[in-house]
Amino acid sequence: MTGAYAVRDSATMLRRNLLHLRRYPGLSLFPLLMPVVFLLLFVYVFGGTLGNGLEAGGGRRAYVEFVTPGMLMFTVAGAANIVAISVAMDMTKGIIARFKTLRIWRPSVLAGHVLGNLVLTAVSLTVVIAVALLIGYRPTAGPLEWLAVAALLLLVAVALTWLSAALGLLAKSVETASNMPMFLFLLPFLGSGFVPTDSMPAGLRWFADNQPFTPITDTLRNLLGDQDVGSSGTLAVAWCLAITAAAFLWARYLYNRRPGD
Amino acid sequence: MSGARLPAIAAAGLRKSFGATAVLDGVDFSVATGSVFALLGPNGSGKTTTVNILATLLAADAGEVRVAGYDVATEADAVRGAIGVTGQFSAVDELLTGRENLRLMADLHHLARRDGEGRIAELLARFELTDAADRTVSTYSGGMRRRLDLAMTLIGAPEIIFLDEPTTGLDPRSRRTMWEIVRGLVGDGTTVFLTTQYLEEADQLADRVAILDGGRLVAQGAPAELKARIPGGHIRVAFPDRGAYQTAAGVLDAPAGDEGSLALQVATDGNVATVRRVLRELDEAGVEVESLSIHTPDLDDVFLALTGRPATSEPEEVAR
Repeated sequence: MTGAYAVRDSATMLRRNLLHLRRYPGLSLFPLLMPVVFLLLFVYVFGGTLGNGLEAGGGRRAYVEFVTPGMLMFTVAGAANIVAISVAMDMTKGIIARFKTLRIWRPSVLAGHVLGNLVLTAVSLTVVIAVALLIGYRPTAGPLEWLAVAALLLLVAVALTWLSAALGLLAKSVETASNMPMFLFLLPFLGSGFVPTDSMPAGLRWFADNQPFTPITDTLRNLLGDQDVGSSGTLAVAWCLAITAAAFLWARYLYNRRPGD
Repeated sequence: MSGARLPAIAAAGLRKSFGATAVLDGVDFSVATGSVFALLGPNGSGKTTTVNILATLLAADAGEVRVAGYDVATEADAVRGAIGVTGQFSAVDELLTGRENLRLMADLHHLARRDGEGRIAELLARFELTDAADRTVSTYSGGMRRRLDLAMTLIGAPEIIFLDEPTTGLDPRSRRTMWEIVRGLVGDGTTVFLTTQYLEEADQLADRVAILDGGRLVAQGAPAELKARIPGGHIRVAFPDRGAYQTAAGVLDAPAGDEGSLALQVATDGNVATVRRVLRELDEAGVEVESLSIHTPDLDDVFLALTGRPATSEPEEVAR
């Protein structure tokens, strides 16, 4: 059974993807920079007005507290997007046919992409958090809460990256692949990421309250603000695990298809 | 490998269609363990499709295929454990160095670190890549890529190797190097299944040749047997105008026509008597001849002799 090689083959493929990241950094630069630009844009351009809507006279300072957890979700979604492109690009290469004729753990090719992207996501999140702290973000979380934040962000990243990998396999071209996970960028906006959902019109609010990004963003926000997490924590973890399982099985199915099967 | 005489590869009733197009239309063959088998055919004849099915990349529509004794449809992983594949299109990682590519393959074959390093050094030396080992593959020439590609296939010491058009696009010197490498493999007891468009290549390397045309095997046998069927190639006669062409087409014995270039081909065993006969027949009919040339056997002649028409040239299906 090739399952016995899951860890070893995935580690081998991770090494391949890290070499790619190092030698072809063009693709990874954009998702690293974009969340920082958006953070500055939202805090300095919109933040004064939006913050006043959160609490009277709250302004920019109140908004940076509110938006940073949403921006972390945006960062994860942006980094996940890259994997759809890198997977779609890889599938056009002759070496994939070679991998498919080897007795290896088959999903390891995809796992290499996912794991490599998680490294990129971690770097990107660190940069965003550092910039947020520089511009006045003051989370009250203790070490345990920070640990929980890191763990939840990892779960989200794993879920969205596998989903994006599946979309990359589904795409017929690299161009399509770069557009497919775009909806992931929108979800933080259509949730509790940038404004409270109770400020939205009824239909949109229903969607915002029930889509997966909202409980995850709320949990991050509560952990970072040292508040009670409540039921959103369980819901957040459940969403992550469900998306990961479904996306993994979907991606594996798409990759394993033999034309004509 | 055991001394058992189970064939390394056995295909029976192999069929594959893409949409309404039948690419393989009932193909049967068997490859003896330790031999070289060449599948010869023009572009678009189904060679790559055959390799892809044998290498578990593509599912057949019908037929039974066993590779190393395992069923490719139901025991794909066992098949994969026994084979190495070098496809028609480069299967090397451009962003990695030659050595990194080989290390990738050594690790994916689950070789122990030390065994892997030893094998990598040995293959780099054998394929004359030691000096280029630490350069990224994007700087390699076509011949170097092909050698690296094959080295990557060999790292797991497969029992059965598939080479899909291993020398297409290579210069004559690289082609000869590749032939030497293939001969060396057979010396080690490996079974080699190769596809080629070149009769000469099949002749040089193969113990047995099968000719694929339009999804069917039109001939199978040792190179000598096949050559005996097309002893001397053909005579090509060109005419100055359509009238002469048409008259000649009626006079000569079963010529294959090429109306566009106003030329006729007559299969021949190459002896002078045939040439004399063709000229005499044309002379007697009062047909003016623009030029005449004698061609020694190549793949086109095999087709002319076996199928009565020139080999078709359609784009080869894309490997997946």
